[in-house]
Amino acid sequence: MDATETHRTINAVWRIESARIIGALARRVRDVGLAEELAQDALLAALEQWPREGIPENPAAWLTAAAKHRAIDLLRKRTLHAHKEGEIAREIDARHAIAAADFADAVDAALDDQVGDDLLRLVFTACHPVLSPEARVALTLRLLGGLTTDEIARSFLVPESTIAQRIVRAKRTLAAARVPFEAPRGPELGARLSSVLEVIYLVFNEGYAATAGEDWMRPALCDEALRLGRILAELMPDAPEVHGLVALMEIQASRAAARVDADGEPVLLLAQNRARWDRLLIGRGLAALARAEQLGGALGPYALQAAIAACHARAQEAAQTDWPRIAALYEALAQLAPSPIVELNRAVALSMAFGPAVGLEHVDALRSAPQLQGYHLLPSVRGDLLARLGRHAEACEEFKRAAELTRNARERKLLLARARSAADG
Amino acid sequence: MKFMIIRKADAETEAGAMPTAQLVSDMMAYNKAMIDAGVMLDGMGLKPSASGGARIQFAGGKPTVVDGPFAETKELVAGFTLIQVGSREEALEWVKRWPPIDGHGKVALELRQVYEAEDFGAEFAPEIREQEAHLRERAAARD
Repeated sequence: MDATETHRTINAVWRIESARIIGALARRVRDVGLAEELAQDALLAALEQWPREGIPENPAAWLTAAAKHRAIDLLRKRTLHAHKEGEIAREIDARHAIAAADFADAVDAALDDQVGDDLLRLVFTACHPVLSPEARVALTLRLLGGLTTDEIARSFLVPESTIAQRIVRAKRTLAAARVPFEAPRGPELGARLSSVLEVIYLVFNEGYAATAGEDWMRPALCDEALRLGRILAELMPDAPEVHGLVALMEIQASRAAARVDADGEPVLLLAQNRARWDRLLIGRGLAALARAEQLGGALGPYALQAAIAACHARAQEAAQTDWPRIAALYEALAQLAPSPIVELNRAVALSMAFGPAVGLEHVDALRSAPQLQGYHLLPSVRGDLLARLGRHAEACEEFKRAAELTRNARERKLLLARARSAADG
Repeated sequence: MKFMIIRKADAETEAGAMPTAQLVSDMMAYNKAMIDAGVMLDGMGLKPSASGGARIQFAGGKPTVVDGPFAETKELVAGFTLIQVGSREEALEWVKRWPPIDGHGKVALELRQVYEAEDFGAEFAPEIREQEAHLRERAAARD
């Protein structure tokens, strides 16, 4: 095996093991940043030794042991330091000494019994609200995804130094705020879980927005988000919204191959070749949605969006789409999280279910919503409905307005073409 | 990227021998580890070729059906696991963790990468897509 192959193998082992190792260490040293650095040191040791001495028989155990030894050294030094400074009472010294001696066993035990708990603590710490959303994303990909700074930077099209700084600052913020290495319980859990789901969905959308020809790391973010979502679903099997998010991502990912045509132009959902949808991912998405529904209670925003995506996934052809159900799901979503954009989507669904006049009535009610001022989809949808009603002159005006508002050149071309065809009646 | 781990058949799988309790428990632990890691998408075990297996050989466009069992045990498939990972090395790393007691320490596995639609790119001509659409619709209708 040459050096490149060895490096690739080390990266693969790291991807599989790093979160477990960091989680087990963080529980003992009570500092996620420090735990990550200790684990990184172990990785560096592997990168140095393995190409020379060959890959150990059990690479995962090797990495764990190496990280463990570094942590024990550190605890010893800390104890010694405390001793010299004479600042810490003898009692605490003794506790440190015991901690160091216990450490090896404790990490082993943690790896055996508490992997799940540690991973959950790691997820909630990386997505802690004390951090900015960008910092949460970078730290999650780093700690849970095992991605390198360079990989994260390439995914988000920013310089590597930006991500490196972001991660350093995030670790410092966590330490300064004395964020405990714990998973939230009770009333706090809901809000904290929302933050975790938001981070995962943000990663997914970043990958989903990537276009062909960009660095492969960007589309790979979709797979990474899916992996994180699936891990979380196993860690929190009773949380319906986790399954809802997984369902939403699986179904959206199932359409990846159909979203662009051979020229790299985007293809709208209803025009997509459904044969290119990934049946395996659709099946997994529908199963995840069923789990969310079986857990009972009203569906949350992710599960509702997944249920809408499922309506499309279940339709063999666009014409078979269950639009009345989609309209009802948008209504439920609007009640949960009122938003004029959701209302606009609901209006489209209503127009598909009950005709353009019904849709237009709802769109007209939205024209004064401040959030939709300057939003090109409002005149675009209105133009579409007017055209379907045969009001071509008005439709033409709306398409022209939409073309002025969009910042996307391809879309502008499309809207101007629609304006011309509306003018021709 | 997706990979299929193929578990090759052996005399025992072809005889329909039930796995030992230890193997069942190791296999479940292995699958659980892959599910916990968000890696495993699907997996199944296949019955012996004698239990309903058949070979369909086309000659001159005409099919001939030959019922199992088949002699070339080592060339047969006894089961598969579908995984989604970030690299081929990661897939290999998972395969190496297959329960070593399977096949009495001599299990034969094969790793194959799954084609994804993007592999076909522009050459995936519209007519072929249409054909595939048709086939999939029929496959889905059977579910």
